[in-house]
Amino acid sequence: MLRTDSVSMRFGGLTAVADFNVQIEKNEIVGLIGPNGAGKTTAFNTITGVYKPTEGKIFFKGKDVTGAKPHHITEMGIARTFQNIRLFKDMNVLENVLVATHLRMDVGVFASTFHLPGYLRKEKQAREFAMELLESVGLTNQTEESAISLPYGKQRRLEIVRALATKPSLLLLDEPAAGMNPQETLELMDFIVGIRDRFDLTILLIEHHMQVVMGVCSRMYVLDYGITIAHGNPSEIQANPKVIEAYLGVD
Amino acid sequence: MNKKNLIRSAIALVVGILVIGLGDAFLGSFAVRILNLSAIYIILALSLNLLVGFTGLFSLGHAGFMAVGAYVSALLTMTPAQKTMNFFLTPIVPWLANIQVPFILALLIAGLCAAFVGLLIGAPALRLRDDYLAIATLGFAEIIRVLITNAQPLTNGAQGLKAIPKYSTTWVVWGFAALTAAFLVMLLRSSYGRTIKAVRDDEIAAEAMGVNVFRVKVTSFVISSFWAGVGGALLGHMITTIDPKMFNLILTFNILLIVVLGGNGSITGSILGAIIVTVMMEALRFLDMPMNLIFFKTNGLPGLRMVIFSLMLMVVVLYRQRGLMGNKEFSWDMVANLRAVIGLKPRNKGGR
Repeated sequence: MLRTDSVSMRFGGLTAVADFNVQIEKNEIVGLIGPNGAGKTTAFNTITGVYKPTEGKIFFKGKDVTGAKPHHITEMGIARTFQNIRLFKDMNVLENVLVATHLRMDVGVFASTFHLPGYLRKEKQAREFAMELLESVGLTNQTEESAISLPYGKQRRLEIVRALATKPSLLLLDEPAAGMNPQETLELMDFIVGIRDRFDLTILLIEHHMQVVMGVCSRMYVLDYGITIAHGNPSEIQANPKVIEAYLGVD
Repeated sequence: MNKKNLIRSAIALVVGILVIGLGDAFLGSFAVRILNLSAIYIILALSLNLLVGFTGLFSLGHAGFMAVGAYVSALLTMTPAQKTMNFFLTPIVPWLANIQVPFILALLIAGLCAAFVGLLIGAPALRLRDDYLAIATLGFAEIIRVLITNAQPLTNGAQGLKAIPKYSTTWVVWGFAALTAAFLVMLLRSSYGRTIKAVRDDEIAAEAMGVNVFRVKVTSFVISSFWAGVGGALLGHMITTIDPKMFNLILTFNILLIVVLGGNGSITGSILGAIIVTVMMEALRFLDMPMNLIFFKTNGLPGLRMVIFSLMLMVVVLYRQRGLMGNKEFSWDMVANLRAVIGLKPRNKGGR
């Protein structure tokens, strides 16, 4: 599904990510973990086209997508959420999701402005799809509310749902459990596995919350100072001395 | 919107049309001119608000697009005789000398020409952000003005154009103001309109949701230029003389003032702002005249009008930072709440 081929990202003298190699198969849930500043979000940004990698290639579904623009990447089927939630602040909950449906609607500015019949049909479908998505996270009663007035946990879920509205095949989640209480975290884990099955997704997630990573990921990569120090299934990672060293330090 | 509010809106529309109609029939020519100028400023403010308020692009090039529209429409509607009269220093280019098209067609072409210029300017300038974009568009608008001043055989240069056919009647300008407002409401309520607002709220998130941010910005810029061109053309057909000097930065600032005063990102705010500013600019004119204040007489202080006007602006900026309407649109619930605040009526607790 996704393969990166020795991707490196340097900012001036700083190497944020070095020789990053991941391979993700269809319908896997893969974790990307590491201490603060390890380069996890930078890795995400190179995959989603926010940065063009200094070296290396990125392949999605066998196609070279290195250096493509973010909106092209999304069009090809990679959607993402953000570590610091980025909802559209002056729009309500439903509109936030509807923005993301525009990509697959295929209507131009004229058709939509003049509300031509073809547009109206697509708009209706988009609204139904958006409501369906909002229902899956229990936000149907708050569609008219301002997106940023929602409680934190709901904002996170709204952001995931908004990403899903672009009909992705690969979903990148940047710390989905950040700031959530234990109860919300448990719900989130079920939710992640649920959407994987329901929307036939492949998921790559960054997470600090070990409970989440160990609970839902079949495999994981561990980054430290931009270098991939380990990769394997949860029990292998937990036993890996390098990982323990990176997280806890050594005497 | 419930039935009661629908009826209220219908009544408001009829009253609005009646006021305009009665004004057109019974007011003096000076007052009618202010009435019509309000409508033109509505068009201009709305088109600028699409950029500044809805797409989040700070542009200072509006006067340039107005100039393009005004010149194109004027040159296309003047009779060959009028053109010869105007171009007495340098003869007009032959291909333009005998062209004369109906007013509505000329207006459409004027808008399209302005939109095309908008595309030419927008494509490079929109790679910039914030104040850099403002400076770039300001520069381009000046370039347009200088080009018009120097393209003597095409535009009659600094002499400007006189005796432009007076097509901008009350019904025409208010009709176009209504058309502009309707167009913007339809656009912004559509799927494309949502992507425009998404770009304003968060470019990075919009991109990640598959919105082609650059294309949305250019589209918005082009649409804004189109209506600026139409507004400029209508202005030319109202005052019947145009010259390059009138399309300077001050004009852009006046429109920007309306947008900010009315509320960034509010269509009804721009409409309200345009009417208030246009009427106030004229209503305060007495301040410039000599005044008899019983105790003493002033000899007339030219510019006092602008001082008072600036003071009023400051009050608005101090007490309503986001403009009169903020980024909200007018609704009847708002009136009900306002009445409750004043104490006329218990506060409306029920939602929409």
